[in-house]
Amino acid sequence: MIEIKDLHKSYKVGKNSLHVLKGINFSVKEGELVSIMGSSGSGKSTLLNILGILDEADQGTYHLDGVPIKNLNEKIAANYRNKFLGFIFQSFNLINYKSAIDNVALPLIYQGMGRKDRMERSMAYLEKVGLADWAKHKPNELSGGQKQRVAIARALASDPKVLLADELTGALDTKTSYEIMDLIQGINDEGKTILVVTHEEDIAHMTKRIVNLKDGIIIDDSMNEQVKAIQNV
Amino acid sequence: MFSRDKWNEILESLTSNVFRTVLTAFGVFWGIFILVILLAAGTGLENGIKRGFAGIATNSMFMWSQTASKPYDGLPKGRRYNFDLSDVEALKANVNGLEYVSPRNQLGGFGGANNVTKGLKTGAFDVYGDYPDVINQEPMDIVEGRFLNMNDINVNRKVAVIGEGVVDALYDKDEEALGSYIKINGVNFMVIGVYKKKSGMGRDIEEAQKQIYVPFTSFSQAFNYGDRVSWMAVTADDNHSITQLKSQVFDIIKKRHRIHPEDDRAIGNFDLYEQFKKIQGLFLALNLVAYFVGILVLLSGVIGISNIMLIVVKERTKEIGIRRALGASPWNIRGQVLLESVFLTIISGMAGIVFATSILAIVNFFLSNMEDNSEVMFVNPSVNLFVVVVAMTILIISGLLAGFIPAQNAVKVKPVDALRTE
Repeated sequence: MIEIKDLHKSYKVGKNSLHVLKGINFSVKEGELVSIMGSSGSGKSTLLNILGILDEADQGTYHLDGVPIKNLNEKIAANYRNKFLGFIFQSFNLINYKSAIDNVALPLIYQGMGRKDRMERSMAYLEKVGLADWAKHKPNELSGGQKQRVAIARALASDPKVLLADELTGALDTKTSYEIMDLIQGINDEGKTILVVTHEEDIAHMTKRIVNLKDGIIIDDSMNEQVKAIQNV
Repeated sequence: MFSRDKWNEILESLTSNVFRTVLTAFGVFWGIFILVILLAAGTGLENGIKRGFAGIATNSMFMWSQTASKPYDGLPKGRRYNFDLSDVEALKANVNGLEYVSPRNQLGGFGGANNVTKGLKTGAFDVYGDYPDVINQEPMDIVEGRFLNMNDINVNRKVAVIGEGVVDALYDKDEEALGSYIKINGVNFMVIGVYKKKSGMGRDIEEAQKQIYVPFTSFSQAFNYGDRVSWMAVTADDNHSITQLKSQVFDIIKKRHRIHPEDDRAIGNFDLYEQFKKIQGLFLALNLVAYFVGILVLLSGVIGISNIMLIVVKERTKEIGIRRALGASPWNIRGQVLLESVFLTIISGMAGIVFATSILAIVNFFLSNMEDNSEVMFVNPSVNLFVVVVAMTILIISGLLAGFIPAQNAVKVKPVDALRTE
């Protein structure tokens, strides 16, 4: 599903160039639930941004579902993001003035889906995350956990190949974090490929594979005995 | 492009900060308001001034004889000559495109002595010997009796049509003017009609009511003018302008009176059409000024919108980042910003147009309800549909311009940077 070879990325900071990713080789098969771990500055967010086609690598190749991601113009990049990827952010990134269901429907608008289909589908995903009753509420009327559920429903709405989650439990308390992780595990069990970036050990252990990043290189990449989040709730 | 979702998005984002939206809209509202009001005021003034010319054959000139200023054909300079009735016939026969040629003789005039008496009252009035055609060139309302006709001319009737000003000066209140006699320079004329003029032909409207019209032929006979003509009013038909025909007319007169072909001072003339065109030019200039000022005011409103859109885009950088992460193409984003600014511009512009036209409606209401509005230099201030269409076009274009830079800014930021802003 994801194929990365010899990926380099550096940022210009003043006159110096900061080499963030120093040759990443990495692949994810369909249906995997992978966590990328590392302390801050290890390059894990940069890697996620490149995987999400929000940023571009300086060097190396990236294939997403067999499609080479290289030198895309912004229009095609937007199209690929819409078709292939679902994003879940630490700060939820919902649009404040839109109701939950409208937030979920957003990626579908950009697919050009008709209103009726869109609303049905968005409602179905809201049901899936257990928020059908909250469809008409604006984000500021929802709790953190509920917001993240809306964000997950939104990420799923366009039926992407890969879900990319950036510190998805970073803004949540432990109990809610585990509930969210339970949801993520459930989605993964249905066959969705999911990448989770986190620096929390317990969250990482709830995934099936842990990749450890340090100073821009992968120092460890091993399978993990998945801990079911439901046990901790 | 105009789907319900787009409108929802626009309304949602505009209503998310109503106060700011209203303030921003006010700039454009005010601009278009000023533009419409200025144009309407121009039209009102133009209507008012043109009412002064109402009914007057503006395609006319008046000509009178002066003295020859160049020796010619054995005749010295400084020679006096007069138009005569055969000149009138010659002009009618030889110049193509003339509608009326009215000869006129005149008694009295500016600063003249008392020349008309009735009973114990006397007054100084302009007395014209005229043909009936003159009513087409100097329109007047006959409020009592009738105007001169060709029978009066043919049988030299000593009849007179007098103005309301003459009635006021010579008659007692409630005294019947029709059928009475007035004595002009010692000759009795019977009053057959009373007129009222709406415009003063460039002169005082009050003075215009103090004139007396008598048949040309009886005037000549009574005051011993022979076939002399002191001046002529010449009107061209609708297909010709008198300014073009002028030289032809002069050439014929010069030939008939043995005047040097290049003697421009021998014939005095007043070209009403030229004056009229000057006034029209003035209003064209006035209109241009209105457009110029209005559009500049509008422009500052548009800049206001542009400014706010920049702020909106800046504020919503993160939202735009989210949308792009979810698959919004650059044109989705640009389109949204542009549509928002065009929508805002058009709505506020429409409000401005509606407000301005309602003000105009109120002004019109008061103007038309005034007892006597003949002295008001302001008639029916209004804008026509064309102006509204022009204003709308300006609005749409300026809305697009206002949105263009902010829209460009919105897609300039990389999605990853946009997501990172707080």
